[in-house]
Amino acid sequence: MKFTLSWLKEHLDTDASLTDIEEALTRVGLEVEGVENPGEKLNGFRVAKVLTAERHPQADKLQVLTVDTGAQVLQVVCGAPNARAGLVGVLGTPGAVVPANGMALKIAAVRGVESNGMMCSTRELELGDDHDGIIELPADAPVGAAFADYADLNDPVFDISITPNRQDCMGVRGIARDLAAAGLGTLKPLDAEPVAGEGAGPEVKIEAPEGCPAYYGQTVSGVTNGASPDWMQRRLKAIGQRPISALVDITNYVMIDLGRPLHVYDKAKLSGALTVRKARAGEQVLALNEKTYTLDETITVIADANGVHDIGGIMGGEDTGVSETTTDVVIECAFFDPDHIARAGQKLNLTSDARSRFERGVDPAFLEDGIAIATRLVLALCGGTASAVTRAGKLPHVGITTGYDPRLAETLGGLAVPAARQVEILESLGFTVQPLDGNGDPVDLDRGFDMLRVTAPSWRRDVDGPADLVEEVIRIAGIDNVPSTPLSRLPGVARPTATPEQKLERKLRRTAAARGLNEAVTWSFVSEAEAAPFGDGAWTLANPISEDMKVMRPSLLPGLLGAVERNLKRGAPSVRLFELGRRYLAEAERPTLGVLLAGAKRPRGWQGVKAQSFTAFDAKAEALALLEAAGAPVANLQVMGEAGDVWHPGQSATLRLGPKTVLAAFGMVHPSVLKAFDLDGDVAAVELYLDALPGKRGGTGFMRTAYTPPALQAVTRDFAFLVPDSLAAGDLVRAVKGADKAAIVDARLFDVFTGTGVPEGQKSLAIEITLQPGEKSFTDEALKAIADKVVAAAAKLGAALRG
Amino acid sequence: MTTDLDQLRTDLLGAIDAAAGLEPLEAVRVHALGKQGAITGLLKTLGGMSPEARQEQGPRIHGLREAVTEALAARKAALEKAALDARLASETLDMTLPVDGVAAGSVHPVSQVMDELAEIFADLGFTVATGPEIEDDWHNFTALNIPETHPARAMHDTFYFPREADGSQKYLLRTHTSPVQIRTMMADKPPIRIIAPGRVYRSDSDATHTPMFHQIEGLVIDKGITLGHLKWTLETFLKAFFERDDIVLRLRPSYFPFTEPSAEVDVGFTWQNGKRVIGGDPRASENGGWMEVLGSGMVHRKVIEAAGLDPEEWQGFAFGTGVDRLAMLKYGMDDLRAFFDGDLRWLRHYGFSALDVPTLSGGVGA
Repeated sequence: MKFTLSWLKEHLDTDASLTDIEEALTRVGLEVEGVENPGEKLNGFRVAKVLTAERHPQADKLQVLTVDTGAQVLQVVCGAPNARAGLVGVLGTPGAVVPANGMALKIAAVRGVESNGMMCSTRELELGDDHDGIIELPADAPVGAAFADYADLNDPVFDISITPNRQDCMGVRGIARDLAAAGLGTLKPLDAEPVAGEGAGPEVKIEAPEGCPAYYGQTVSGVTNGASPDWMQRRLKAIGQRPISALVDITNYVMIDLGRPLHVYDKAKLSGALTVRKARAGEQVLALNEKTYTLDETITVIADANGVHDIGGIMGGEDTGVSETTTDVVIECAFFDPDHIARAGQKLNLTSDARSRFERGVDPAFLEDGIAIATRLVLALCGGTASAVTRAGKLPHVGITTGYDPRLAETLGGLAVPAARQVEILESLGFTVQPLDGNGDPVDLDRGFDMLRVTAPSWRRDVDGPADLVEEVIRIAGIDNVPSTPLSRLPGVARPTATPEQKLERKLRRTAAARGLNEAVTWSFVSEAEAAPFGDGAWTLANPISEDMKVMRPSLLPGLLGAVERNLKRGAPSVRLFELGRRYLAEAERPTLGVLLAGAKRPRGWQGVKAQSFTAFDAKAEALALLEAAGAPVANLQVMGEAGDVWHPGQSATLRLGPKTVLAAFGMVHPSVLKAFDLDGDVAAVELYLDALPGKRGGTGFMRTAYTPPALQAVTRDFAFLVPDSLAAGDLVRAVKGADKAAIVDARLFDVFTGTGVPEGQKSLAIEITLQPGEKSFTDEALKAIADKVVAAAAKLGAALRG
Repeated sequence: MTTDLDQLRTDLLGAIDAAAGLEPLEAVRVHALGKQGAITGLLKTLGGMSPEARQEQGPRIHGLREAVTEALAARKAALEKAALDARLASETLDMTLPVDGVAAGSVHPVSQVMDELAEIFADLGFTVATGPEIEDDWHNFTALNIPETHPARAMHDTFYFPREADGSQKYLLRTHTSPVQIRTMMADKPPIRIIAPGRVYRSDSDATHTPMFHQIEGLVIDKGITLGHLKWTLETFLKAFFERDDIVLRLRPSYFPFTEPSAEVDVGFTWQNGKRVIGGDPRASENGGWMEVLGSGMVHRKVIEAAGLDPEEWQGFAFGTGVDRLAMLKYGMDDLRAFFDGDLRWLRHYGFSALDVPTLSGGVGA
């Protein structure tokens, strides 16, 4: 919402400085986004008179002028065709900065002739689009005056942001009222004397009172619709509105001045009564923005015998709009239901100044004043004769009445404000306040009251209870004056607050970072193509911001693959990324950790090491380390296949707790997936499913299970087995380890060999087992018995001890 | 005899000194102390001597044996040391050669700041709550006193999922963390003190907006809570977060459908080297200004009612702010979009070490 200082002063009698007004606006909740004085840009531009104009000796299209600045006569080179002796225009003197291009003027030679300034066009001063010639001012314009003063441009423009609850401040008068309440001056009375017209007003029928409960209309006949007067044009232009014609400008002016949208019809283009009705499905209207809208029954329109002429409360129709030849007009001042306007506006995707006011709820009690003020302006600026006012429908009641305990300012708002001051504040904002005694009878404020009965003004639809009154009181009394009050706290040291899930995430995040992985945060949405290999994705946005951000990710890998691709393209030799976030499945959002390893695992080194790439075992190492950190029983996990289609079929697996619970998948990413991400090297990956992790068991507090390190030293024995090629090493290790659970504490595979000495279709696996004696050392017999068990257990899997 | 012994001592000690290596030294030892050695031979003669002679010769022969043994040991040690020194000298390496680096991991600033916030608010008795990002219309809007036609809905550029079979628009991406307020009030009994950090989404993308970003919500529901408590909480939190005592807040009346009264909160800053540094009172500084950091207010009674609590009994405050923005203000990043790009160079520069765990004793900044 923009307005100028002079405009504000039409409604507010004040001596306050610009800064005071600016601060007060922000203080009461009308946040100032900017204040700009257009006159400041015109420093150094003065009203000047051309005394002589001669052709430039070196250039046909230039003239050499002598210009009277009031203080001196300067020589100026000028290219404008209309420059001539006797013209009064605007001279930019050396040092002035041309607003349109930021160029600082200086004394310079133009084609060999000294020029001491520049005669300016409207466009150069950003006052209009005209650049065909220099500005021509009236002959009596005061030569030597600062142009900004002469043109009344020293009028600061405020730009304030209005929150959606404050429709009343979408008009300059509402802002003035708030400022007056804040002590910045006095609200001037509004002159809204009704126009006693002659003859019947326009015929109006309301068939859709739920969309438009009240409609006031007045006809003015015999108008002349020329340009609006300078003062009106200047104000409209100052706030960025383009003057169009007196009639249109009046509706815009009243809307901004008083927050009251109006519409004006060319009466000659109407046929029969104005009917407020629901649109018919499929009915079309060409709106004033030159677009055609197709309507339906939920939209309230103003129509006549020929069709729709107004999308009620949102935008008028082109075909009945006023023009220069308009002589008779119907002025519309109606009340449209905010919800209907909001729905219609959303449905049509049509925004307008009128809609933004009606959907927030204009003052229904202002129809009488609104039509009077509009008609008076039309009569004053365009002439003509007014009819009587047609008042159709019934004005809705707005403005609640509520009991209010002024202590609430302190118990809710935190600021103690004396009751009398609260009454003063509320009354200055237009509220009616009546103190009541314990029986509900009116009493004087200073005679001991029990409760205040407060009635909100008709323009404060947003106020619907005591809390709103607290806000009114606090914002005028100064919300910044609310003292800080410490929250109570329990005695002692603060207790831990994190949930097990949060602790798990923190632990995993820092473990991953400690292992050399860099945490990334990638978009929750990916493209359909990126989601496709990961099982599409259960959630596709209806209104994505782009095709790249359309589907909620079904896995963390696509987002990370994109990041890997970008990093490699930027020349990163090695990429180790992880992300902790949610994957979005049909039934729920699941906490997930994704890891990607790409590029060089190790760079080539001087110690004879060649550059190494990541393998599936690097991914497995990360998976196990992270699972270990997460408290998963890593030793008991099963390594199983079926990681899925996005993985290398021979170099991937899942880690499961029991056959069904998949805790993680790891391995090399399938080359066809990599290709889709424009990646050509190998990428190893892990996805850890946090929701599948077993929770911490038991409620035994901090106590660990009892443990004493064994007194006797552990012994190791090596075994080498010949096994079928197809046997998974993990199965053999598991079998060996389980051969004697009392004695064998560890079994570690340390060699895999095929080739000389190993028959075709077989491989040799070497395992070192660790035996822990208990009370006594193992005897030779005992060791042999264990060895036999190991060999027997291995034999069940088809393994033969190598000789 | 005496002269013989003295001569032998001189000869042997000379031979020991002259031994150039361990092998010649061993030969000297064998020559002196071996089974056939000179001293061994002398020792054998002691048995055949008269007691008087033995009394005289015994100490002399034993003295010789000890002297030679000591000299042998000393020479052996010297030779071994020389050999070791020579070997070590031959093993010299160029210690300026590089070592293999260990990949340095990092924690994302958003995660770090969320941990910092959890730490600060834990001390104030707030727990951390979460909620779904794919949210329903009721929790995101309706329960927060934002009915369908409310103009505030237009302020939230909402991402929607396709309509349900019955034509209703049920699911959307939460536009703020405020629905967690509703979920918490419905699940827990007051008194409530929570913060709720997480991803939120708005259909907005330019230099300072990304379609996904992070917010943190705070909610206190209790008896007798006022705007004054809100102000104190925000001041305390910002002072702890920026580790500065000169945090100055300015509350401005504002509007959120789910709070009444509502306030936007500005924090004072000063310009330092082209960056805004939080702290100081702009009213007392030529070089400062206000920056909006938080939206807040007293929870609207309709919201308390919607969550199934009695607004006559319970009241409280709520606030919300951008986590990414807090990170930028504290650590000086200036491009929000870089947060979500995953550029390793950026992650390493602005990220945090795994061991930079925020604690109250060690500080919540790193």
